[in-house]
Amino acid sequence: MLKLRGGIAAIALICLSGSGHAADPLAVGRQMLAEDNPGEMWVDRGKKLFYEKRGPKSASLEKCDFGMGPGKLEGAAAQLPRYFADTDSVQDVESRLVSCMVEQQGFKRADIAKTAMGNLDRMSDVEALVAFIASKSNGMKMNVPLSHQKEYDTYKAGEYIFYRRNGPTDFGCINCHGENGKRIRLQDLPNMTDQKQMQEVVSTWPAYLGTQSNLRTMQWRLKICYWQMRLPDLAYLSDVSVAITSYLNHQGNGAVIQVPGVKR
Amino acid sequence: MNLLRRTFLKLSGATAALAVAVGTGLLKTGEALAATWNKTAFESKALTDTLKNLGAVGAAESPDITITAPDIAENGAVVPVAVTSKIPNTQSISIIAEKNPFPLSSTFDIANGAEGYVSTRLKMGQTSNVRAVVKADGKFFYAVKEVKITIGGCG
Amino acid sequence: MSEPMKIRATLQVDTADVRILMLHPMETGQRKDAKGAIVPMHFIQNVAVAHNGKSVLDAQWSQAISRNPFLGLRVKGAKVGDKISVTWTDNKGDQRTDEVAVAAGQ
Repeated sequence: MLKLRGGIAAIALICLSGSGHAADPLAVGRQMLAEDNPGEMWVDRGKKLFYEKRGPKSASLEKCDFGMGPGKLEGAAAQLPRYFADTDSVQDVESRLVSCMVEQQGFKRADIAKTAMGNLDRMSDVEALVAFIASKSNGMKMNVPLSHQKEYDTYKAGEYIFYRRNGPTDFGCINCHGENGKRIRLQDLPNMTDQKQMQEVVSTWPAYLGTQSNLRTMQWRLKICYWQMRLPDLAYLSDVSVAITSYLNHQGNGAVIQVPGVKR
Repeated sequence: MNLLRRTFLKLSGATAALAVAVGTGLLKTGEALAATWNKTAFESKALTDTLKNLGAVGAAESPDITITAPDIAENGAVVPVAVTSKIPNTQSISIIAEKNPFPLSSTFDIANGAEGYVSTRLKMGQTSNVRAVVKADGKFFYAVKEVKITIGGCG
Repeated sequence: MSEPMKIRATLQVDTADVRILMLHPMETGQRKDAKGAIVPMHFIQNVAVAHNGKSVLDAQWSQAISRNPFLGLRVKGAKVGDKISVTWTDNKGDQRTDEVAVAAGQ
């Protein structure tokens, strides 16, 4: 067995080409982490925060409508992003949550944006709330609607963005996520033109990331993708981010949601 | 009668005695409340010193110790490791990452009906043997398993 | 005030399968913050697990245990409703105790 610098055997490179390989040497580690996922602590905290009276208006989030009626969370994440008449826009879990935090609890949007992503010293409230809300769709199938014109337009915008190459590196999502067997160093990249792989992606976000020591949402993941492509900063809860989320989730329709995921 | 002993006897209550003990330097403040922590073993840098400070020199390799850990870990900061010891009367399990700057990561003392089983997650600086050292009936045994650490690249 | 641990204790025949997730920075004392200053060592040194008040496991940890650490153990001779209590103590002297009742397995 040829040993490369750092002790990583050449055979490992072959084993890492695509998920589902018979003798996957990464499987044991992933399984052990998934069985006891630190992300569950974010779900617990999110549940506490959801029902607590918070913000200048001292209100809970029980009146927040995620598309199934005020305060109804079972199955809500499974049908997001979708159109909401009160904001006349298509919103995903996180942007809908933030709307409610602003309208019903009186928080300032700019303040939320500053602290939406936790760090090594602080858990974020938003990430905990998204984890809790998303977990209420566990066991249900992703079922993003395209019945309203704006839902369809947002989805098509997301599809366009997915394939469009931009910026100094001429990168689009398609470059990393358009073929089987691609990876960055030794990390697998899912092929998002393959429905099965897409389903695995959308059903496992939000996720606890070992490298972040935090639970992260799709908003974080997309922001990092944009950074890696050397494109301008992807603004928090931007139309672009919701459009991409809409495209990804819809392409993953049928996926059985199981969150929080756990990733490196 | 020794002055200190008279002082002890005069005071009532554990807190008062403790305060006196700390004040007179009989107990260092940190030690008074902390449980055992094997400083010499944890601060050992070489594997041989770690084993010596665990009292485990001359440990026999044992097929009755199973290390469950990934062959390849995606993230060296979070490497799951579980150790199962089928050796009767297992008293303690220690987990060593041989190439870490301080190889000893943890020691688990088992009592009163707990199984010879522990599971945790380690930080590993590089590909290395993970060594489980088991103390049973006063004797030491060990097993090793190599865990390779990879570098990802997706954020 | 530290965040609560997440403890699951499920009965498998007569053994409680106990899994504990904790929130703790487990700082090694090697990391530098954004300003370039060393973040001091801050890690859980001891974890004590008791079953109905009797000690079953005493763990000593180094800073090499992962951030937001995990501990799994198995307690023989357990019954549904038995108390599993977990206490961690870190190198700064901070301490936290959480407990659960053993639940029926599937």
